[in-house]
Amino acid sequence: MSILGRALPVASEAVSTGACTHCGAALAAGQDRFCCNGCAGAHALVAGLGLASFYGRRETEAGALRPEEAPPVLDLAPFAAAPKDDLQRLDLMVAGLTCGACVWLVEQALAAERDVLSARASLTARRLTITWRGAAARANDLGALLARLGFRVAPWSPACLRATEDAEGRALTRALGIAAFGSMNVMLVSVAVWVGGDMGPALRHGLHWLAALIGLPVVLVAGMPFYRSAWAALRAGRPSMDLAISLGVLATAGMSLSETLRNGPYTWFDGATMLLALLLAGRVFDRAARRRARQSVAELLALQEGLVNRLLPDGRLEAVPAEAVAAGDRVLVAAGDRLRLDGEAAVDALLDAAATTGESVPRRYAAGEPLPAGAVNMGAAFTMTVSASAKDGSLAAMARLLERAEQAKGRFVAIADRASRFYVPIVHAVAAATFLAWWGVLDAPWQVALVNAVCVLLITCPCALALAVPAVQVVAVGGLFRRGVLVTSATALERLAGADHVVLDKTGTLTEGRPVLLPEGQDPATLRRAAGMARASRHPLAQALARACPEAPLAAGVREVPGQGLEAGAARLGSSAFCGLGTSADGMTLVFRDGEGAPVAFRFADRLRADAAASVAALGELGLPAELLSGDGEGAVAAVARQAGIAQWRAAADPLAKQARIAALMKAGRHPLMVGDGINDAAALAAAHVSASPAGATDLAQTASDLVLQREGLSALPAVIRIARQAQSIARQNIGFSLVYNVVAVPVAVLGLVTPVIAALVMASSSLVVVLNALRAAKD
Amino acid sequence: MDALILLIPVSLLLGGIGLAGFLWALRSRQYDDLDGAAARILFDDNPRKEPPQ
Repeated sequence: MSILGRALPVASEAVSTGACTHCGAALAAGQDRFCCNGCAGAHALVAGLGLASFYGRRETEAGALRPEEAPPVLDLAPFAAAPKDDLQRLDLMVAGLTCGACVWLVEQALAAERDVLSARASLTARRLTITWRGAAARANDLGALLARLGFRVAPWSPACLRATEDAEGRALTRALGIAAFGSMNVMLVSVAVWVGGDMGPALRHGLHWLAALIGLPVVLVAGMPFYRSAWAALRAGRPSMDLAISLGVLATAGMSLSETLRNGPYTWFDGATMLLALLLAGRVFDRAARRRARQSVAELLALQEGLVNRLLPDGRLEAVPAEAVAAGDRVLVAAGDRLRLDGEAAVDALLDAAATTGESVPRRYAAGEPLPAGAVNMGAAFTMTVSASAKDGSLAAMARLLERAEQAKGRFVAIADRASRFYVPIVHAVAAATFLAWWGVLDAPWQVALVNAVCVLLITCPCALALAVPAVQVVAVGGLFRRGVLVTSATALERLAGADHVVLDKTGTLTEGRPVLLPEGQDPATLRRAAGMARASRHPLAQALARACPEAPLAAGVREVPGQGLEAGAARLGSSAFCGLGTSADGMTLVFRDGEGAPVAFRFADRLRADAAASVAALGELGLPAELLSGDGEGAVAAVARQAGIAQWRAAADPLAKQARIAALMKAGRHPLMVGDGINDAAALAAAHVSASPAGATDLAQTASDLVLQREGLSALPAVIRIARQAQSIARQNIGFSLVYNVVAVPVAVLGLVTPVIAALVMASSSLVVVLNALRAAKD
Repeated sequence: MDALILLIPVSLLLGGIGLAGFLWALRSRQYDDLDGAAARILFDDNPRKEPPQ
């Protein structure tokens, strides 16, 4: 399965100088072995458990295992199930579980807990199953243990992987195993018949029956995936590749059976079973590659899924999923929390609504003003009265808009389907003509005519054609996966190759989408002290400050004054009022003041991504002129457009306007690639010819996108387009090759010269050529 | 050619055992985490925990 690839480690040197011993991130000056206290703690924990050999073998990305200073507190106990008395079982999704050593570390660290009976992690699914004896509340201790090691956990939800999908994959693998077994064993018997020219007719008859005994059940059982799909296509009145495959395989098996009955010179069971095995192998790989991408998307979504703190009448808090909250309930929104539901507050609230409206600066919402779901609380914690339940709220309305846009887009016809629409009727016509010519014109016995006609079907049975596109897809999708690009739709690469226009969102796409400290010559020592304090808080600005100085150690004795700031001894960090400077409406400034010393202001702004201009230029070179479409105000949009080198821009575009612009482009015959991250982009993403969302996009945008870029920045986009175009051209070459091969092979079959040996040789060799050609598809 | 009477059933039996083994492995979910299985083999399992009393 190595062809499918695995995310490449960025830095694999584990204990070299200058890298954190635990997480592998680069060390700042003055740091000895660890980049932060969390890593030092994690390392001590690992070493204490006697698991230090982990560091010699891990292959994680640098910094991926850095424990969060203030991990989100989520009560895991309700997610534990009790299959038996006294026994608890919990399924978790574990992010950061990217290598065998991580699996080992997680399993061993949990198994070392006294009451844990078993811990089993799946590297493919990133799923961890723990069983233990005792109370359900232990789930939180175990989750905290993983968090201290640097793994982020979320409860496993059915959305992570649909159960049916899993079952379908298993059915395909089973069919492949049966077909491979059958084709090899039938081949053993068939080779004896091919070379045994001196064989007596009785023995040959016996061998024919033996081949039929193995071949018939295999054809019936292993071919089921094709027959089912062919039947569906037939009822829809659309000839498909699967229909051609099913007819070819079934006709070959039927003809072989009749040859067995009359003890003809050859049977073709080996060809039929080999064809099934090759095609099923292509399908299994194709599926595995895409499943892996979908899995990673599901993982991102599961980590974003959060609980809502509902306020009970008696004043207690209860963590419940957002779906369980009804209109009229009161929920607590902590500082830095994302609103999961629409509502209104009795007090003023400072919200960052970038994801819902595209505004890049947080805005003050007056008491009673409707608050949109998806916004992030940048101010103090407040209590909100929910105005609509999850399924009636603005997020659900956006999801419905997205659904309609997807339906309106219509079904994209993949190149393989387009080819088979011409191919299937032609091939069947040739086969029918062959039968009529031999039987009616040349007066051959009907058995001979049938054998020749079926030979036409067998040899044209689009083995190479059916492998032509999936093989390329597997290689290209695997190559992109290694580059951190997830391809979630089967036809995404094909559509991307045809894109000729790119529409970009501003906030979160061209810009970082989160506050970044403006370098204004602050004193490094002050910055370090402030960042150390900021590390203790989950407030977005505090986190931005901590990110600006990652080497600052967590300050001791920090106390958070909700909604105001942080206190550590005489030092204060927070709003300007909190530091005694009077109020300021600007939600993007933090002030640091040590006692009565001079206050230092840290200003933050959303910044253009470092690679935005270069990526826009590279897209232009590839023939995709860029256009900026944002919900933000005119000034901010114009500035970003100028910096990124985009001539065409539009400000104050709401979700419907964005979708309308995409529709207008499509109507004008363009093939727009939409790149966006916000809830307000989702409908436009779904409507576009092809769509992508950058790292950190909202879950709605990721669901609507064909591609998800996992790594920071947009620089992957031009490379993805190049790979998609390359893949498309290789797919065309492969289809062309299979057609040429048919032009040569069909006359041979029509003339009745095909023996099972020739059929087996051409089938295997053409498939091999197509697969080898496809291997080139991952190169940029 | 008498050997065939013995050899063919034997080869089919062996192949059948292989197929049965494959189907069993698939049913017991051993194909669900191929990456994990490939990595797991490189590590020792050494449960260093006294059994709970």
